[in-house]
Amino acid sequence: MNRIHQKLQEDRKLLSIYFTAGYPNLNDTVPIIQELEKNGVDLIEIGLPFSDPLADGPTIQESSTAALKNGMTTEILFNQIKDIRKTVSIPLILMGYFNPVFQYGVEAFCKKCSEIGIDGLILPDLPLNVYQEDYKAIFEKYGLINVFLITPQTNDERIRQIDDASNGFIYMVSSASTTGAKTGFGEEQTNYFNRIESMNLKNPQVVGFGISNSDTFNQATKKAKGAIIGSAFIKHLTKNGTTKIDEFVNKIRI
Amino acid sequence: MSYNVNEKGYYGEFGGAFIPEMLYPNVETLRQQYLTIMEEPSFKEEFDQLLKDYVGRPSPLYFANRLSKKYNTKIYIKREDLNHTGAHKVNNTIGQILMAKRLGKKRIIAETGAGQHGVATATVCALMGMDCIVYMGEIDIARQAPNVARMKMLGAKVRPALSGSKTLKDATNEAIRDWINNPVDTHYIIGSAIGPHPYPDMVTRFQSVISEEIKWQLKEKEGKENPDYVIACLGGGSNAAGAFYHYLHEENVGLIAVEAAGKGINTGESAATSVLGKEGIIHGCKTLLMQTPDGQITEPYSISAGLDYPGVGPMHAHLYKSGRGEFISITDDEAMAAGLELTKLEGIIPAIESSHAFAVFEQRKFNPDDIVVINLSGRGDKDLQNYIDYFKL
Ligand SMILES: Cc1ncc(COP(=O)(O)O)c(C=O)c1O
Repeated sequence: MNRIHQKLQEDRKLLSIYFTAGYPNLNDTVPIIQELEKNGVDLIEIGLPFSDPLADGPTIQESSTAALKNGMTTEILFNQIKDIRKTVSIPLILMGYFNPVFQYGVEAFCKKCSEIGIDGLILPDLPLNVYQEDYKAIFEKYGLINVFLITPQTNDERIRQIDDASNGFIYMVSSASTTGAKTGFGEEQTNYFNRIESMNLKNPQVVGFGISNSDTFNQATKKAKGAIIGSAFIKHLTKNGTTKIDEFVNKIRI
Repeated sequence: MSYNVNEKGYYGEFGGAFIPEMLYPNVETLRQQYLTIMEEPSFKEEFDQLLKDYVGRPSPLYFANRLSKKYNTKIYIKREDLNHTGAHKVNNTIGQILMAKRLGKKRIIAETGAGQHGVATATVCALMGMDCIVYMGEIDIARQAPNVARMKMLGAKVRPALSGSKTLKDATNEAIRDWINNPVDTHYIIGSAIGPHPYPDMVTRFQSVISEEIKWQLKEKEGKENPDYVIACLGGGSNAAGAFYHYLHEENVGLIAVEAAGKGINTGESAATSVLGKEGIIHGCKTLLMQTPDGQITEPYSISAGLDYPGVGPMHAHLYKSGRGEFISITDDEAMAAGLELTKLEGIIPAIESSHAFAVFEQRKFNPDDIVVINLSGRGDKDLQNYIDYFKL
């Protein structure tokens, strides 16, 4: 069974952390993963840096630019994590933009992920219809879960389609925004969270964007199965490097 | 073979809509409605009227006597430089602002390189009383100062793009991010034949007035609608798409697309996408783009801000791959010389983007009885300082 499925069955709210591979230093990838697991994080999203991250705000953009300057490439990332399963068992998801995956070759990329023990992919600019027509079979062949996004603007019909196409969890973007743009939730989010809950989707939802502390984590997971922290963790790395990850994580789940 | 977009949004293998879900509602609404809206009689009437009375169309098709003599062929210049705001860009912004109104949008965003599209967008926003925000690379803000001033005077907010190469690519990223953050009230007026479907096709249709006019104008002057060649410069590809559109399936009309080679194809400072690019995804479409083997988009270079883009529109990628189009790249120096030559021979100062197209006559022979239509996409006012600096005038 895929590690993501296993994790989703646990009877607790899940904390997922995103970080950009190669940031702050090229070789921080493995220590960050190990620290996050050690401190009780449930899922990790490893960001494959991209030169033009359209859906990201300044914090993740800057971390991507820095990671690329540090020399990060797809090949280097795969090398860094090739033995990761010897030390960690936490579900690992690669998150990135489609072009680097396309250049690597979608099948070669998926094969490599499966060899390493990556459990799923989030590629925000790979649309549902292209995935279904061209790549679904490949993802399935290599046992990879593809995670789709929904937003407050996604209509019910589209959400049903995405729910049907998903087989892990749905990434619920909390508000109409790029990453890191907004903090805190208002009425729009409450309505959105309620709407999604009332749809009784077959896939659990994990909320992302705008979650930065225990407050927003708790609000987001009132209805949803889990929540993802990205920009706030990147800011922590900027300030502290790979130290004090325990403090960061412990402050979220109080 | 078809060179038009198919029902799935592709030109051959290029095109599509590779967008994050946050953009899906807006792009999908546009996809479902753009053709219906464009075909409404009231839309057509308003569009045609504005093109005529406000833009000043039809733009002349001018027989360039001295240039023709010099290159021993028959050269007609399509004068998009005479449009209101000084370039072809306004054909598209008029169309898209009318589209935005019918979609109920209140706020307009745009990206710009040379500032021509930014000015054309700010202009139609002033005309329609809509809020306008233009994203422009910090480097371009410096090299196209007159256009920045015009946008501000027209009431637009010009926001600098500070990431990456600080040029058109990055301005486009910022505009897309703005749209993600403002999905309800905002329409994004893309300025070239790029972006997710239906943008390349919509922009191409609005610009197709260029070749529609060339057809009847040439018929009047030469007794036939088809020239032997149409030449246009290629940034993202909107002026070329408009100049080629009604000739795409006339296989006896040669289509020549002119890219910016910058300091030279192999100098690392170039924007010649057809030579240096590979298939990939940029700004929501699959096309040819300049990138590292690892799929990172590289930073292009051209002396002309409007051609300083690492991709080409998907229609042009298809014209290149299928062999239907002939692609030529022109260096900064060749373009500047051609711009000065046009000024001296015909009394027309071209935009540096358009100068690239004129440099083709030094590169490639035409027969004395060939009829060559060249699209003069814009005028050189905005580039005066660049010409002065370059030639130490
Ligand atoms: C005068 C002029 N010509 C050409 C271009 C290139 O754009 P496109 O390839 O979309 O026509 C620009 C872009 O700013 C321009 O201002």
